[in-house]
Amino acid sequence: MRTRTVHDLDPDELPGRAADLLTAGHRLALVAAHHDGGPAPAGRAVRVVYLFVSGPPDTRTELHVRLDAKAPEIPSLAHLSFPAGRFEREMRDLHGIVPLDHPLPHRLVRHFHWPRGWYPMHPDAGPPPPFAEPEGPYPFPEVEGEGVYEIPVGPVHAGLIEPGHFRFSVVGETIIKLKARLWFVHKGVEKLFEGRTPEQGLPLAERVSGDTTVGHALAYCLAVEEATGTPVPEEARRARALLLELERLHNHVADLGALCNDVGHGILHARAQHVREQLLRLNHEVTGHRLLRGGVLLGGAELREAPGPARMRALGGEIRDLVTLALGHTTVRDRFTGTARLGPAAARDLGCLGYVARASGLASDARAGHPFHDLGDALTVPVHTAGDVLARFLVRAEEADVSLGLIDRLADGLAPGRTVVDLLPGYAPTAGAGIVEGWRGTLTTRVELGVDGRLTRVKVADPSFFNWPALPVALADTIVPDFPLTNKSFNLSYAGNDL
Amino acid sequence: MNGIGTAAVAAQVTLVVVGAPLLTGVMRKVRARLEGRAGAAVTQPWRDLRKLLRKEAITPLGTGPAFRAAPPLLVATTAVVAALVPLVSTTTPVSRRADLILVVALLGLGTVAVALAGLDTGTAFGGMGASRQMTVAALVEPTILLAVFALSMPTGSTNLSAIVTGGLHDPVRLASPAGLLATAALAVAVLAETGRLPVDNPATHLELTMVHEATALEFAGPDLALVELGTQMRLTVLLGLLASLSAPWGIATTTTPLALALALAVLTAKVALLGAALAAAEVFWAKLRLFRVPELLAGSFLLAVLAVTASYFLTGE
Repeated sequence: MRTRTVHDLDPDELPGRAADLLTAGHRLALVAAHHDGGPAPAGRAVRVVYLFVSGPPDTRTELHVRLDAKAPEIPSLAHLSFPAGRFEREMRDLHGIVPLDHPLPHRLVRHFHWPRGWYPMHPDAGPPPPFAEPEGPYPFPEVEGEGVYEIPVGPVHAGLIEPGHFRFSVVGETIIKLKARLWFVHKGVEKLFEGRTPEQGLPLAERVSGDTTVGHALAYCLAVEEATGTPVPEEARRARALLLELERLHNHVADLGALCNDVGHGILHARAQHVREQLLRLNHEVTGHRLLRGGVLLGGAELREAPGPARMRALGGEIRDLVTLALGHTTVRDRFTGTARLGPAAARDLGCLGYVARASGLASDARAGHPFHDLGDALTVPVHTAGDVLARFLVRAEEADVSLGLIDRLADGLAPGRTVVDLLPGYAPTAGAGIVEGWRGTLTTRVELGVDGRLTRVKVADPSFFNWPALPVALADTIVPDFPLTNKSFNLSYAGNDL
Repeated sequence: MNGIGTAAVAAQVTLVVVGAPLLTGVMRKVRARLEGRAGAAVTQPWRDLRKLLRKEAITPLGTGPAFRAAPPLLVATTAVVAALVPLVSTTTPVSRRADLILVVALLGLGTVAVALAGLDTGTAFGGMGASRQMTVAALVEPTILLAVFALSMPTGSTNLSAIVTGGLHDPVRLASPAGLLATAALAVAVLAETGRLPVDNPATHLELTMVHEATALEFAGPDLALVELGTQMRLTVLLGLLASLSAPWGIATTTTPLALALALAVLTAKVALLGAALAAAEVFWAKLRLFRVPELLAGSFLLAVLAVTASYFLTGE
C-alpha cells in the first residue's frame, strides 16, 4: 500500500522537518524547483519540492517550500544529507535558487562557458545564448607535497565513452585525490518536457539515457499515472516488470564482459558480447526495438512476443559459465579483489544506490521498497559487503541470475499484445512520482501536469547523480592503472546524470 | 663466400622488416579466430603502415630532438640487432660481433629512446608511460643478460653465433636444466620487453593502463608508422632469437645458397609458430596488476639466476 503525503512549509521549517524524516529512515529521492505562474511578476512564485521516500512500506513524503521569486533563497540541507547538497547546487546552477550557508558553494551542473547570470531552467532563459563571460574561475584543488603530480584525463577519451574530465593527483602510481568534472552534456531534457502532452513526453523519457530506456520510461509513466490516478491492469504491470528485468539482464551481461576486458581478458568479453547480442535480438522480438523502446506505454505496455523459457535457460547457462570462467581465472580474480573499496559507511553517507550500494552492504532495492508489481518470493536482493570491484561484479552476476528467474516467472502465461488503459482526464494541476529500480539503481521521476493536462515540469533523478561522488572516494589509495577497471565497475551514466 | 654471408645478413634484415607487420597480422588473426571473430586480413598492419606513411608528419609544440629522433632510432637499433643476431645463418660477416651485451645494449637504446620521447612530450601520459616502461626495462634487461649467460657458459663465449652453433652441435645442452630454465626466463623477458600480456595489453584503448603505448600516444603519421614498425620488429627479432637459442635446428651454418634458403623458410615457420602460440596463449591470459609485474619479472630473473647456477655446477669444471 502506498502512502503519499504533501506538506507545505515555510523555508525556516524545512531543515527541521527534513532532519526528522531522515532520522526516521527516509531517503531524499529528488529535489525539484518550479517556477509557478508564468513570467508575469504577479502570482509568480518559486516552489521547491523535496521528495523523501522510504520502503517497504512504500512511503513518499513531499515537502513544498515557497520562495520569493525575485531573490529565491533556501536554507541548505547539505549538513543533513550529502545528496541534498548536490541537488541544491544543481538547483542554483539551473534555476538561480541560492542555498544559504552551503558548505561547498561551487558550481556543479553549470558549464564553464554559460554566461554569468543565465539559468537554463528559468522561465526567462530563452534559447541557449552564445558562450560569454563565465561565472568566475573554478580551479581544481591543488594537492601539494613531495612527488605529487597531476594527470588530466578527458573530457575527450580514446574509447567510445561519454565526456568527463578526471584530474588525478598522484604519487608514484597511487591516487591521492581524484576530481571528476562532468557536466559536458547538458541537453536541456527537463526543459524539453515542458508543455508537451504526457504522450509526447514518453519518447523523450525513453531517451534520457539510452541504456536505461525501460527504467526511465517506466518511472515517467508511473509518475504520470499517479498524477492522473490511472489504474494500470495487472497484465500490463507484469509486462512492465518483465521488460525491466530484460533491460537489467542485457546491461549486466555487457558489464560482466567489459570488466573482464578491462583486465585484458578479451575472450570473456567476446563471449559476453555474443550473449548480449542474443539478448538484444530477443529484445527486438519482444518490443520491436533492440533497446526495448516502445514496450512501456502510458497506462500499460505492449509485448510482441514473450521470451520463451528454453531460450532463456540456454542464455542463463551461458551467463553462468561466463561468471564461473571469470572468477576461476587467477589473474582476473586477483585484479578484482580488493580494488577500489567503498566502505558501507561511505556508501550510506553519499546516498549510493543500485549495485554500487548493494556491493557495499546496503540492501536497497526499489523493487522491494516501492513495488509497482508484486514479484513475490522470486525477488531476492543480493548483497555483498566488501565494496570492491569483485563485490560489484558478484552483485551483477547474482542479479542477472535473479532476473533470469523473474523473467521465467513473469513470462509464464503472459499473452503477447497491447494492454493499455486511457489516462484519466484531470481538471486541476496534479503531480505524481514514479520510483523504479532500473538496472543501475533506483531512479525517480516526478511530473507535474497543468490544468490543460500538459506537462509543466518533469524532474528526473538518475542513480548516477547519487553514485558519481562515490567513485573518487572508492579510488583513494588505488593505483592509477586500476582506474578504468573501477570506473567500469561503477559504470555510471553521464547522459542520465547531466540532463 | 663473403657474398653469400652478406646475402644472409640482408636476408635476415629484410625478413624481419617485411615479416614483422605480417607476424602482427597473423597474431591478431589467431586471436580474432579464437575469440570467434573473423578478424582483419593478415596484411592489415602493412596497410596501416602504408596509410600512416602517406600522412603529414606532425610534432607537438615544445618537443625537442628526443621526440624526433626516437622513431628512426627505434627502427635503426632493431634493424642492427636483426643484422647481428644469428637468425638465418651463424656464419655471416658480422657474426663475430654478435655479442650478447651489444645486442642487449642496442635493445636498451631503443627502449630508452622511446621513453625519452614520451618524457619529451611533457604530457602526463607520456611521463607515466616512460616511468612504467623504464621500471619494466630495468627488470627485464638483467634477465635477458643472465639467461643468455647461462646458455653461454658451456660455450665459454658471449657471442650469440657461438652459443647457437654450440647448441646445434650439442643438443643435450638445450634440454639440460640450465637450458630449459634459461629458455623459460628468456620467454618471460621477451613478453615484457615487447609489451605483451600479461605485462602490457597491446590492444587497449585505456590510456591510464598503458605502458608502451602511452609513450607513443603523441606520435602521428610517419613517426607513428616507424614506432609501430619498430615495435613489431622487436617482437619478431626477439622471437627469432628465442627460437635460435632454444631450437636452433635449421639455421644455416654453411654458406651455401641452399642452406640459406632452407634456413629462411625454417625461421619463418618457427617465428610464425611462436607468434601464433603466443597469440593463442594471450587469449587465455589477463593483464597483471601493475604492481604484480615486478613480481613476475623477479620470478623470471630468479629462473635466470638458477639457470646460471645450474649451468655452473652441472657443466662441472
